[in-house]
Amino acid sequence: MAVGTQYIAEQPRLSTSSMVLGAVAVAALVVAPFFFYPVLVMSILCFALFACAFNLLIGYVGLLSFGHAAFFGGAAYFTAHAAKVWGWEPLAAILLGAAGAGAMGLVMGFLAIRRQGIYFSMITLALSQMFAFICLQVPFTHGEDGIQGVPRGYLLGIVDLNHPLAMYYFTLAIFLFGFFAIWRIVNSPFGNILKAIRENERRAVSLGYRVNRYKLGAFVMSAALAGLAGGTKAIVFQFATLTDVQWQMSGEVILMTLLGGIGTLIGPIVGAGLVIALQKYLAASDFPVTVLIGIIFVICVLLFRRGIVGEILEFAKRRSKGAA
Amino acid sequence: MSTIFGIPTPALYGQILIGLINGSFYAMLSLGLAVIFGLLRVINFAHGAQYMLGAFAAYLLLNYLGVNYWLALVLAPLIVGVIAVIIERTMLSRLYSVDHLYGLLLTFGLALIMEGAFRHWFGAAGQPYAAPSQLTGAVNLGFMFMPIYRGWVVVASLVVCIGTWLLIEKTRLGAYLRAATENATLVQAFGVNVPLLLTLTYGLGAALAAFAGVLAAPIYQVSPLMGSNLIIIVFAVVVVGGMGSILGAIVTGYVLGVLEGLTKVFYPEASSIVIFVIMAIVLLVRPAGLFGREE
Repeated sequence: MAVGTQYIAEQPRLSTSSMVLGAVAVAALVVAPFFFYPVLVMSILCFALFACAFNLLIGYVGLLSFGHAAFFGGAAYFTAHAAKVWGWEPLAAILLGAAGAGAMGLVMGFLAIRRQGIYFSMITLALSQMFAFICLQVPFTHGEDGIQGVPRGYLLGIVDLNHPLAMYYFTLAIFLFGFFAIWRIVNSPFGNILKAIRENERRAVSLGYRVNRYKLGAFVMSAALAGLAGGTKAIVFQFATLTDVQWQMSGEVILMTLLGGIGTLIGPIVGAGLVIALQKYLAASDFPVTVLIGIIFVICVLLFRRGIVGEILEFAKRRSKGAA
Repeated sequence: MSTIFGIPTPALYGQILIGLINGSFYAMLSLGLAVIFGLLRVINFAHGAQYMLGAFAAYLLLNYLGVNYWLALVLAPLIVGVIAVIIERTMLSRLYSVDHLYGLLLTFGLALIMEGAFRHWFGAAGQPYAAPSQLTGAVNLGFMFMPIYRGWVVVASLVVCIGTWLLIEKTRLGAYLRAATENATLVQAFGVNVPLLLTLTYGLGAALAAFAGVLAAPIYQVSPLMGSNLIIIVFAVVVVGGMGSILGAIVTGYVLGVLEGLTKVFYPEASSIVIFVIMAIVLLVRPAGLFGREE
């Protein structure tokens, strides 16, 4: 009992330094469109949210999903279809995308959590590949062409999102909402049980938790948040294509998270920023992007498995321990 | 013309043959995955890339050195096997002590490097590779015409699969391998060089994939992405079969290939997803896989 209360007392108290850092980061994001190309920053924000959603599974439950492209790209299709064909208001279309991704997550998760470890990864990969094949064949996705010319529309019928700054702040708001949601989930009692499952699944079972329900819950939340990012991306870029549902996209989000730091809150954001910036930089050169992504994978896995943010935190921890 | 369920029999047999050929590749690749996983506990994501490397090795040997198909069938697996041994010694062996997911991520990264490099050099389009003159033409089986090369692929893959199975089940080396799968520390204590065994196993698995790649070169074209599309299907095959049994992996590969071929006849729209649907059903009914053990 004493141990339990002590554990709860540790809960989501934010240290002053991290609050200051957070405030600086948000302020930087607010002024960012005046210094950088807004579409680039919006792209980073969408992928950062996607990576954070993915990290919710790998970092806090220890489940490596190799199929998150299905949620990201699937939601992009749903949102694009709702906004273009049904003429929905953009926020409603994005929420539909997130809900659709969550529903897909329920089905895929239900199947995938029946196996553990490496099998879980293979099953999610296979199911997302199946979804990609379906997207190639059904009429509403328009096959190889994708859904083009999606209108950005008027947010809540009032704000014209064709204005770059309006679109930017809308994207930023969605990103901050998603990030806050993940922070809340991770630091809730639910999140603690997820971490317990990650650390020792058998012990969690013996403590009476229905582990599979928690895993499925986390899977659905992760899928819906990935869908939130995918739907937003469809409105920002005004299209949805097969690229977003293919396995390469699942690989990219893994890389972003691994590079930034699995299981750290801001690691995936750092990773997403680096990978997107790198891709944009390399697009102008002759060097094949896939090869570089592969090389970064190999380096991360062999040399710094904690990722950039993870290594920094570890370094800080060791130093403070040394000082004390 | 005779029909079965309203389908002309030549079309039916033709699709079954195509299914059998696809099944040959599923069987050879899932066999290699199962052998590697059994001992190393690593899912070799680079398996598809190694299959692609095998096909490209045959293509390059022919076009730059004039090496014929038969020699390539031996040389390509050797080359890819040596590359795999180097990969295992320099990189993969460092990851045995950490979570097995890192092995998957490493081999995924290696697959991206290999595929990206070949796409950079050769473009995404396929390169043709002619079947050897001894195996061109077709033979009349009475109920259908069968291209000789396709028959050869089925026979060769069966021989390789059965050979690998015999190697693992009936030889001393195979006995060491099975013992090390059960308890590596104990086997090492008996004086068996387990790290060497691990290296050879990874090399053997990759060589199997490369052999399949050479066999595939005249049927499908030689292209940088030929492996990655296949390997995901093979993952589904492996989930259906369960990786506990070598024979299970082989049988599941052939059966699913034929089922896929039959789907092409009766409901073509579903043929690209049928294996995944079967995987989903197996997961619902028998989560450990048809031949698997619950771990």
